[in-house]
This record gives sequence, C-alpha cells and structure tokens, in this order.
Amino acid sequence: MRTYLDHNATTPLDPLVVDRMAQAMRETWGNASSIHHFGQQAKAALDLARGEVGSLIGADASELVFTAGGTESDNLAIRGAAEALEPSGRKHLVTSAIEHEAVLNTMKALQRRGWRVSIVPVDASGIVSVDRVREAITDDTALVSVMHANNEIGTIQPIAAISALAHEKGALMHTDAVQSAGKIAVDVRALGVDMLTIAGHKFYGPKGTGALWVKRGVRLISPVTGGRQERSRRAGTENVPALVGFGVAAGIASRKWQTEGPRLAALRDRLETGILSTISGTDRNGAASPRVPNTTNISIDRVESESMLIGLDLAGIAVSSGSACSSGTLEPSHVLKAMGLPHARTLGSIRFSFGTANTDADVDRVLEALPALVEKLRSLTTVGGKK
Amino acid sequence: MSGGVDSSVAAALLAEQGHDVIGVSMQLYDNSQVTESGQRAFGTCCTIDDLYDARRVAATIGIPHYIVNFESQFGEHVISNFVREYVTGRTPIPCSHCNSDLKFAELLDRARAYDADRLATGHYARIVRDDRGRYHLYRGADNSKDQTYFLFSLTQEQLARASFPVGHLDKDTVREHARRLNLHVTQKPDSQEICFVPDGDYASFVEKRAPEAARPGTIVDNDGRVLGTHGGVHRFTIGQRKGLGLSSTEPLYVLEIKPDAAQVVVGSRGHLGRTQLTASEVNWISGEAPSDWLRVSAQIRHRHEAAPAKVRSTEKGHAELEFDMPQSAVTPGQAVVFYNGDEVLGGGWID
Repeated sequence: MRTYLDHNATTPLDPLVVDRMAQAMRETWGNASSIHHFGQQAKAALDLARGEVGSLIGADASELVFTAGGTESDNLAIRGAAEALEPSGRKHLVTSAIEHEAVLNTMKALQRRGWRVSIVPVDASGIVSVDRVREAITDDTALVSVMHANNEIGTIQPIAAISALAHEKGALMHTDAVQSAGKIAVDVRALGVDMLTIAGHKFYGPKGTGALWVKRGVRLISPVTGGRQERSRRAGTENVPALVGFGVAAGIASRKWQTEGPRLAALRDRLETGILSTISGTDRNGAASPRVPNTTNISIDRVESESMLIGLDLAGIAVSSGSACSSGTLEPSHVLKAMGLPHARTLGSIRFSFGTANTDADVDRVLEALPALVEKLRSLTTVGGKK
Repeated sequence: MSGGVDSSVAAALLAEQGHDVIGVSMQLYDNSQVTESGQRAFGTCCTIDDLYDARRVAATIGIPHYIVNFESQFGEHVISNFVREYVTGRTPIPCSHCNSDLKFAELLDRARAYDADRLATGHYARIVRDDRGRYHLYRGADNSKDQTYFLFSLTQEQLARASFPVGHLDKDTVREHARRLNLHVTQKPDSQEICFVPDGDYASFVEKRAPEAARPGTIVDNDGRVLGTHGGVHRFTIGQRKGLGLSSTEPLYVLEIKPDAAQVVVGSRGHLGRTQLTASEVNWISGEAPSDWLRVSAQIRHRHEAAPAKVRSTEKGHAELEFDMPQSAVTPGQAVVFYNGDEVLGGGWID
C-alpha cells in the first residue's frame, strides 16, 4: 500500500481512459490524414477528442493544436510566435521568474539568438507582480508568457490583468495552464490570452499528449517542419490512441473539477495544519495567495529535501521537492528563490500534490511518518565524529 | 552503488540472501556543469553514466535506488583536503578521506535515519566479530584487490554497522556472480585514476583551485646546491624521478619537499630509503592503543608490500614506527597501515 502525493508531477490514468485507449489501439489505428475508411475513423476519433479538450478550457475545437505534451506546446507557442513576429521588428519577450523550465529555457535559447528577454520577479507570496510586468512590456515586445498556476507552490497568477497589459502594447499573450487545467476554472476567453498550453497527463490522461490553444488569427511558424497535420501547425502523424485518451480525460475533468476541488482542498488543509502543529520550524510557501486546491509546499528547517523524500518513499509515501524535471541537482528551487525565501528555507521544502485517489488515510500516513523522520534526520550525529 | 561491478554484486548478493536492500549512489560532482560546457565528463566514477549503471543494476535486482547528493560534503572533506595537502608539499589519498568522512560518516548516518541495520559496500575487505563482540578488519581474500589500506580509520562503531559482501571473494568470482545475476556491468573495467581527476593531471587541478600553489622555487641537492627551478611544490611527490627537468649523470629522485621555502630536495636513489616515520590521526581498530612497542608489518602506499616494523603509540593519536629495513619513499600525506598478517591493526597519516 503506497500513498501517492505527487500529482503535479503526473497522475495515474483514469480506468476509462485506459479502456478507450486500448480500444483505439486495436480499432482506430488508421492514419488520420488518409482519405479511406481507416483514415476517416481516425479523423473522427481526433475530432471527438478535440471537442472534449476544447470544452475543458472554453475553446473552439478548431483552434486547438494537438502536440506531444506541455513542453512541446510551450515551445510551439514561444518559438512559433517569435519567428512569426520577427519581421515586424519586435525583438523582446517577457516572462516570469517562476515559469516551468519548458518556458524559461526556451526563452533563454531565444536570448542566445539575439532576443531580449525580461524576466519579471514575483513577490514573497509567489505572485507575479502586475506592476513589474507593466514596466517590462515595451513597444517592441512580441510575446508575454506567464504561467496560470505554478507547479511547485500552486499559486494562481493574475493572467487576465497581464493579458490586458500585453494587448495594450500590441504584444501576444501566452499562458502555460498545465497545472491549472482540470483543477480550477480555465477559460481562454476569460483569461484573455492568445495562446494556452495544457497537458493530458496532469489530469489522468496519457503522457505524450498536450495541446496548444491558438486564438484564431494568431500566426505561428512551427519549429517542426513536415506534413500539414493540425492545420500546418504541428507536422507528424497524430498519435490517435493517446489523443483519444487525452479527450476522455478532459471530458472527465470537465465534469469533476468543481466537486473534486473542495474535497482535495480539505485534505490539503488538514495536512498543512497537521504538519505545522506537529513539526517545529515549518512554514507554508505561497499559502497566502490564491492557489490550486491540490497543492501545498512546505519548508522544514534543518533538513534537506532529498533526505526527506527518500525517507518518505521508504515509508511508502511519494512526494517531491518541486519540479520533477529539476531533480538531480542540489540547486534550490528557482521558484522559492524568486520568492526571496532565505537559502536555508529553500533547501528543506516538500511539495505535496493531491489527486483523485487520495483520502484522509493518506493524510494520516504522512502525519504519522513525517514528524518521526524529521526528528531522526535532525538528530543525526556522525559516527566518524567529523562533521 | 558506484555503478561498478563490485558494489553491484555486493547489493545483488545481499538481495539474493533475502535482505531488504536499499540501493544508494553518491553524486559527488555537479554533473550538469560538465555536460553543459561540453567538456569531457568530470570523473571516472560517479559520473552520470555510472549513476545510470547503478540504477539499472538496482532495477535488475529489484531493489529501490536513490541518488544522494554529497557534492558539498565531497568538496569540503575530500577535494579541499586534496588541494590543501598538495599545496603543503604532501601527497594525499582522497579515497581514504572519502571512506572515513563520507561513506562511513555521512552516508552511514543517512542509513541509520532510514532504519537500515548496515551500510554495505563493494570493498575488498573482511569484517569478523569475535566472541567478545569486538570487530576485526582483515584484508580482502583477493589480496591483489585488497582495499584495507584505504579503510584503516574505521572504528568499532563503524565496523559494527558496515558490511563487505564481496570481501571474501576474488575478482573473477565477483564477475562470475555478476554474469550469473545478469548484471550488465559484468565486463566493466576497474576504475583506475583518482575519480575527480580523470586525466591524472593533479598539478593543473590543484592550481585551478589554489592558484597560490604555483609559487616558483628551487630544486636543490642534499648540500643545498641549486640544480634548477620549479613551478610549485604541488608538482612533486617523494620518490618522483620523472619531470624534474634536470640533467644529471645519475638518476635523481625527490627526497624531500619544503613547502615554506618552496624547495624540492633531490638526490640519488640510495638516499630515498628511510627506516623511521611518525604518524598522526592514528586509529587503532580495536579502540585501544598498544601500551608498548608492537611488532607489525607496515604498508606505506597502496602498492607497497607491507614490511616488518615495530610501532608504538606516543601521545594520543600519534605513533612512531621503525622498519627493520629501510623503505623507499616514505611520503608525508600517505597512510601508514599496520597489519598483523591479514588483520588490520590500525594506521595513521605519515607526518
């Protein structure tokens, strides 16, 4: 029996998703670009999925570009818009300091190719400063990209306000909504953005599926050249069975997020209260801000994240210290650093992210295991006598 | 689990015996820096490839595997000590410090925190517990692979928590086990160099971290006559013959290094032999220093054949030792390890 509290890294597949994918793998194996019966079957399955995914984010299906995941969608949005806008003379990009690496490293790659990039800081509560965005955007800004919900601390960013600022200066607005879709209301019109990224595996769909919503009229030049799939925006034969699963997952998420949210928030809040009251030197990060309901990030003094993660895993509890993509380095989280947390507090942070299968029993398990583990790790004295 | 064949087989044998095994690899350098600069991978063990090997072995055995990041501790305990020793004209052994200050200290602590009873490694050494509950350390059964020279500093408390599952095997048998257990590292060669200086260029490594090491000085003979100049004492070790840049009718060897005067003393091979030495930070495995002179065989380098000697404890943590016959190149910074047959009695750092 294991407790999984790392749903921001990825989620298990919904059983219905598995069934529909298995069925599609057996039956819907045609190439969606083919004219014949088999191609038409595949195309119909894609259209159905596109409709479901569109519904989840209030988007018209025809404006959705299917990709192989969030990272690819971010790349398509940023590189695609940058290249399309380059002839206009706009050579400036704006993003935030707490973006996922998919955005940050793409921005840095463009910076090396001559683009100016402004990275807007966040305040201590983990919210991107709208005023600083206003200052950063100039007349030659091509694109502003700020995430909807942060993956490490769950804070929800003021996207609508930032979109308005971008549009005032004639810049495009993109948001990475990978961590918000399926957890809170995500509506492309309400957010006022031009492009929006989502990924299937964050809401019980398969890995290797994602979408970029591109508002009608926005021009992109795809970094990948090839066939004319996805309205010439994403070359390559579509992975139909996976995208079928993506659609099914989006449909389930559309129906469930409103009831699931408060349930997960209650579990999350109980966990936070429990940890803060039983372990000394603990503090929540970003908790004063609006957050997605399933996420909490807690700093624990005088212990390293890594040693807690291993200890918890050995106790059957799966959590993470931040983005799964940045593990393996001892660099403190760039998100917590950007919030201005003291170095010591960034080193001992744990992210708990809840999901559908979690119950009160999972919270109990953590509250039983973690205090004892922290106490043990804090009391370590070296046998060799050198420290 | 270094990703090498010895620790892989050690883990696999324990798992096969039914122990509840947790695989752990130490990450000792920032691998990302290496790959980004496009340079040759830093290190010959514990590189990304080695960590990958360890993970694959753990998956084959069916045990969990974790990478613990000891970059800062490795830098602090092992690399900085390595640099400091060379700067002060000594010749360090980082592997010993890695054992005493990392594996059997920090890593052992971690193991305790995770309620593990033992820390097992792939060292060629044997631990025996006697009737009185005291632990004894013996050379690995494969004397050609024996690693006790690097383990002299282990205490009773550390030995009680250590386990060397391949210590009673020879290398061929270990490889046979690896093959039998389908571990893909069966044919992986032994690591040779000091792991964080893969090209063997210690001088450049030291200079990069301690530019003050490159202080020029003179090379003199036993009578103080200047024979040449050099670019820093860190470039020399006792007994060194190559790279002195001197022309002489007879081969000259480094006899002594005087870091304060930036002087390197050279002379003929005949002057290289010494019978006496003193040692610091001396550890006696039994936990008790002998009260009088003790007959031992003493080893002063990894590849030195232990020679008959007598040793006695002086003030606490110090010892003096006298070989029966002069030994070539007694080198400050290296360890002197005392044996009785195959049993390790203790050891210390040569002054």
